[in-house]
This record gives sequence, C-alpha cells and structure tokens, in this order.
Amino acid sequence: MELRIDQGTVDRCRALAATIVEPVSAFIAAHSTVAVERSALRLLGVDGVSADEIPIPNLIVDSLNPGDRSRGVALAFGKALAETGLDPRTLGDAIGDGSYTIAEFAHVPDAAARGALRPFVDTALAKIRGRRAERDERLSRLPQNAPPLLYVIVASGNIYEDRTAAVAAAEAGAQIIAVIRSTGQSLLDFVPYGPTTEGFGGTYATQANFKIMREALDEVSERLGRYVMLTNYASGLCMPEIASMAALERLDMLLNDSMYGILFRDINMKRTFVDQHFSRMLNALSGIIINTGEDNYLTTADAVEQAPAVLASQFINEEFAHRAGLPDKQIGLGDAYEINPDLQDGFLYQVAQAQLTRQVFPEAPLKYMPPTKHMTGDIFKGHLIDAMFNLTSVMTNQTIHLLGMLTEAIHTPFLGDRILAIDNAKYVMNTARHFGEEITFKPDGIIERRAQAVLTDCEALLHRVADMGLMNSIEGALFADVSRPPDGGRGFDGVFARSSDYWNPFEDALQAVTA
Amino acid sequence: MSGIVKPYGDTMDDGKVQLSFTLPIEWSEAADEAARQLVTKMGFSDVQVVEGRRIAQGFSFFVVYASSTQGIDFSTVKAPSAKTHAMSMEEVDAFVRDRFGRKIRIAGACIGTDAHTVGIDAILNMKGYKGDYGLERYHMFETFNLGSQVAVEDFVRFAKEHAVDALLASQVVTQKGSDITNFTALAELLEAERIRDRVVLICGGPRVTNLMASELGYDAGFGRGTVPSEVAAFVATTLAERQATA
Repeated sequence: MELRIDQGTVDRCRALAATIVEPVSAFIAAHSTVAVERSALRLLGVDGVSADEIPIPNLIVDSLNPGDRSRGVALAFGKALAETGLDPRTLGDAIGDGSYTIAEFAHVPDAAARGALRPFVDTALAKIRGRRAERDERLSRLPQNAPPLLYVIVASGNIYEDRTAAVAAAEAGAQIIAVIRSTGQSLLDFVPYGPTTEGFGGTYATQANFKIMREALDEVSERLGRYVMLTNYASGLCMPEIASMAALERLDMLLNDSMYGILFRDINMKRTFVDQHFSRMLNALSGIIINTGEDNYLTTADAVEQAPAVLASQFINEEFAHRAGLPDKQIGLGDAYEINPDLQDGFLYQVAQAQLTRQVFPEAPLKYMPPTKHMTGDIFKGHLIDAMFNLTSVMTNQTIHLLGMLTEAIHTPFLGDRILAIDNAKYVMNTARHFGEEITFKPDGIIERRAQAVLTDCEALLHRVADMGLMNSIEGALFADVSRPPDGGRGFDGVFARSSDYWNPFEDALQAVTA
Repeated sequence: MSGIVKPYGDTMDDGKVQLSFTLPIEWSEAADEAARQLVTKMGFSDVQVVEGRRIAQGFSFFVVYASSTQGIDFSTVKAPSAKTHAMSMEEVDAFVRDRFGRKIRIAGACIGTDAHTVGIDAILNMKGYKGDYGLERYHMFETFNLGSQVAVEDFVRFAKEHAVDALLASQVVTQKGSDITNFTALAELLEAERIRDRVVLICGGPRVTNLMASELGYDAGFGRGTVPSEVAAFVATTLAERQATA
C-alpha cells in the first residue's frame, strides 16, 4: 500500500526546512538559558531544595552575576568545587544552606575549575551511557510486541495511584506509559522536588516520581516478559532539566517539540529554541525517543485545513532534531486523528495523512494521537471513533499509538476506561494486522489526490516561512493562527548571550558523541 | 398520564438501565455475585451481570443491566436554561447598537491553572464553533481573550482596569473539584472588590450547568454544545434588563 507522491516535492521540503532552521541554529549557538545551566548542574549531581523549597540548581544559577552567567555556570561552580574539594551534591547543599556563595570563589583560576569538574562530567556521561545500555539489554531480553506500540496515560495527580494504574494497564497490554503532568507545570521555571501526591489533571514530573514509576515498570516488565516503556514531558520552561533527569532515571521517551511551547503555552521562542536543542542533544546520548506535538495544530484549528502545517512542522522538527544529533529512529514525529467525524470521507483523509507521514519519514517511529476534539459525552460513539483511529494506525504502520479513551471528553481515564481502550486496539489491530499490505490505493483517487495536495501546500507554506524567517513567521501567525513576538512570552528573561569564553562541559562532550 | 418517569428499555416503566464499573478484586464467580449484590443494594431490581472479567491483577470489570425501582415526577424538576433569547449575530449587534449605542466589553479567561482554552476559544475566537461566529466577530462587542492559566486576581484586576461589562470564566479540568474552587474564588473576589453587580458573570465548560452556575452566584452557566451566539444573546439581554431596572 504505497501512495504515489512526488519525491521531488519531499526533497524540496527537506531542503527548505534546512534553510529555515539554519539561522535559528546560529542564534542557538550564541545563546544559553537558565534552564540549560540548571540542567548542567543537575547532571553534575546537584539536587535537592533549600529550606525555602527552592531547588538548589535554581538557587545557584540565580545567584550568578551577569558576567559569570554569560560564561556558563560550570566555570563558576567548578571554581567552588576546586577550592572546597567537596562533591557537587554536598557543595550544592552547602550553597543552599548559605555556608558558601558562588561569588567567593571568583579568584580561582579557570583551569582549576575545569580540572575539578572533569571527573564529575565523566561520571555523569558514564551513568547516562549505563542507563542506555540497561535499556538495550532489557529490550533484547524482554522484547516488545510489534508496533503500533500501545501507549496510555496515567494522570491521577498521585504518583502512587498512577503506579497502580500503570501496572494494571501494562498487564492488559499497554507497552508505553506516560505520566501526564499537573496542569501548569510547563510554566514553572523550576522542577518540583520529591514524590508528589497532589496535582491537577496530572502528576508533577519530579526525579523521585520518575524513579518510583521506573521501578514499578521494571518489575512488571520482568513479570510479563516484555519491556514497558516510560514517558514524560520535556516541554515548557524546564525542557533541558527534564531531559537530564529522564536520562538519569532511564525514561524511554519524552514529549519534546521545537515549537509547541511557543505556540500553545506562550513560552518565549528564543528560550524554546535554545532549550530544545540542548535537551535533544541529551536525548540523543540517552537513547530517548522524542515525541513531537503536531497533534496540537489539529485540536486548536480545523484538521483538514491544518494538514499542510502539520507536515511542515514535522519537517522543521526533524531538521532541529538532526542538528541536535538525533537519528531518525529517535524522532517520533506527531500526527493525530482529529478530522470532524461528520465530514464525508473524513476517514479517507485520515488515511491519506497517516500514510503520507509514513512515507515521507520512513525510519521515524511516528507518534499517532487519538481523537480528542470531537469526542463528546456519548462514550459509545467515542469508542467507535477510537476503533477507526486504531484501524488507520495499524493500516499505515504507525509506531507509537496513543490510545483514545471513550471518556476523553469527561475525565482523566478511569482504570476500566484504559482497559476498554486497550481491548479495542488489540481487537482492531489483530483482526486487521496485515490489511495495509493487502490493499492498494486507487491511482489518482481521493486518498492519493489528498496526500499530494497536502504535500504541495506544505511546500508552499515552507517557502513562505523560509522567505520570512522562522521567528518572523511565528510572529506572523503562520503556524496554528497564533502570533508570538520574538521577545515576548514566558521565560525570555532567562535567555542570555554567551560570552566568547562560554563553557558547558556537557555540550562539548555531547557534540563529540553525536557528531 | 402520570408525571412519574422511569428509564425506558422496550416497555413503558420497565426502568431498564445499563451500568459498568470496576471493582478492586480479583475476578471469580463470587466477584460476579458481589457485583450483583452491590447493584441490588444501590436500589435496582432484576439485576443481571452480563459481563464480568479480570482486567488486571486485583481488578475486575462488570457490565450490568438492571431495573430502576425509582421514578421522578418530571413536573417538579426545575433547571432553567440560559439559552432562552435566541438571536443571530446580526440581531445581537443591532440590539446592542439600539439599546446601548456603544460596544459591550467582554473579557474571557481560563482561570486558575487550567491550560485548556478550547472552550473559551470556541466562544471568543473569530472562527467560532459549529459554524456560529465567535464574539470577536461581533461589531458591537469589544472582546479580550486573556487565554489560559489566568490567576483570579489578575482577571478581576483586568475587569476593573478595562471597565468590562461581562466576564466569561472557563474551566475544563475538573479533577478534585478545582473548577468549583476557582469559580467560587472569582465570584468571591468580585464581591470583595465590590464590582460583582457591575458585571455579567458567566462560567463555562463541558461540565458546567446553568443550575450549578446560579448556585455559585453566577448569572449564567453554559455547558457542552454551547455556541457563541447563545452567550452573546444572554449578555446583551441581561445587560439591557439591568439597564431597564436601574
């Protein structure tokens, strides 16, 4: 089942994406953010909170004067390490309780700082590589079922209830568990600390919560004889910190989009571009598969009209990801089944879009998102729409399949809702397992014409973006009808220019690894 | 005909309902029986557990059909709708021009930590919902969409600074009653700031009902399926009524 589409158009779209991203890459290379610097501290082992509940990485980065900050936190922190002889965690705690300030070590030579940091940088990189090796070992010993990989969310607000739900879902057939974050966490400019039992619409992403869920899923993986993956969100204002915590706790996937936060959370675009780059470099090293968020274009605007924008965003996300060193097999580009169910032949358009994405990005583990926008309190109809979504996914060989819930419009899933969703997918994907291999598209039929039209319109959109520049295009509302100014939005004050002697030891190491 | 209504399966007053639920017990025949007894205790008769099975370690799922022994006297049920003044966009604009001779100022926001703007956007954004244009398209409305995660304090401050005529507060997330908490906080702050009487206060969201809204001290509540012109008509006519009685 192959669509006949013009490969020349696909190639031109890729070239345009490179043209679009190039100037942004230059901006990224010349800047850092408070979140990137905090991420470096976390990788070194700094953790915990002060008596006022302020995370120590925030406390240290916020204490830097602008000059020291522009050189990167590693140098200033390394000086304190060299002089005190403490390990990073202990030194962080001592700064947290006021025993030391970063400023008092300004006299220590840079070379001493670099030397003092080296063993801790090596330890962190070795730990991340070790976590990746653990995953590889488990995946070979505990093989997953064939894709589409069934992905469910847990979102009770309480990590211990989430654990119960996750284990139950895994037993029923779920292969990937995502812990939805508490609403609002994306706008916090710090990562909460410790296990949490209160959240709204989700559960806070903390390193302790990552660890609790990882242990539970490892246990159930052994019991089931198949590896169950864990997912969280490297999005919002703490993208790079979440990526570092996820690397250390062996998460397997992260939601990580180059533009989502800008458009849908009003996070400053410069902040997002710099943060997504460093977080993706980390993901490249840790073997984490990113999931991009193109589904959001479809939930906020008409899915038929937005199809070219989805494809354009996929090309841009792919280009940003490649530049951070991510190989295709770690780039889970997003799409969604969001066409209005009342539209005649809507299913044909869904198939066209899903198959087009599959052919344009043949090696990518595509992330297919379920219907949400048109789900209602009519759970019976909702279950049926989800079945059509499941059919599209198995027909077109999607890789990461986020299960639709019949109660999507009502509440965060009940334990039973999740099982019904898994049963729905298992039935459809089993009964139609090889359907896609058995059929061909009618040449120049509705599906093929739709796919080619989306591709053609995508090229035109990418042309406009390339002409205007990405930042101006976002300001000009070319994506999702949302306008964001380059210096507006949340987190802009955390973006700063690098001095000529800026140093981030992890960036150096990651560039060497992923080059 | 009696005013008492019962659920209808295939015969008047058979009271037939379907239920499905999960029990935190391992499945067995005794689990089926537990489900049957539980539904009987709920007050249903003719209880049939038509499906019962293990869905995970320590959890079982049931589908049950049963008959309700209860009915309701429909003539006593009161749930006033806020959607009583049907008007098109053109009619609302003409009405406002005629009655006020100025634009009505409307501010909307997803309050608290809620980031789901789908509801407020459907009502305010020019594009609208189900082919019904949003309030931004009305000539006689000046609208302010403050977006997501707006603190109640900021919303009230905005209302004061911009002399807003109507406030639309949206909540999609309802977990642990966060919607009620936020709606209540907004109503109380408007009272404390002594501007409650100056504004038409409206709440909206998929779980909102007009009855609930009036219990929370709102002028109206709009739930699922609401189109922008329904909200527009309510705001315009309510302000006109207030002007007439002032």
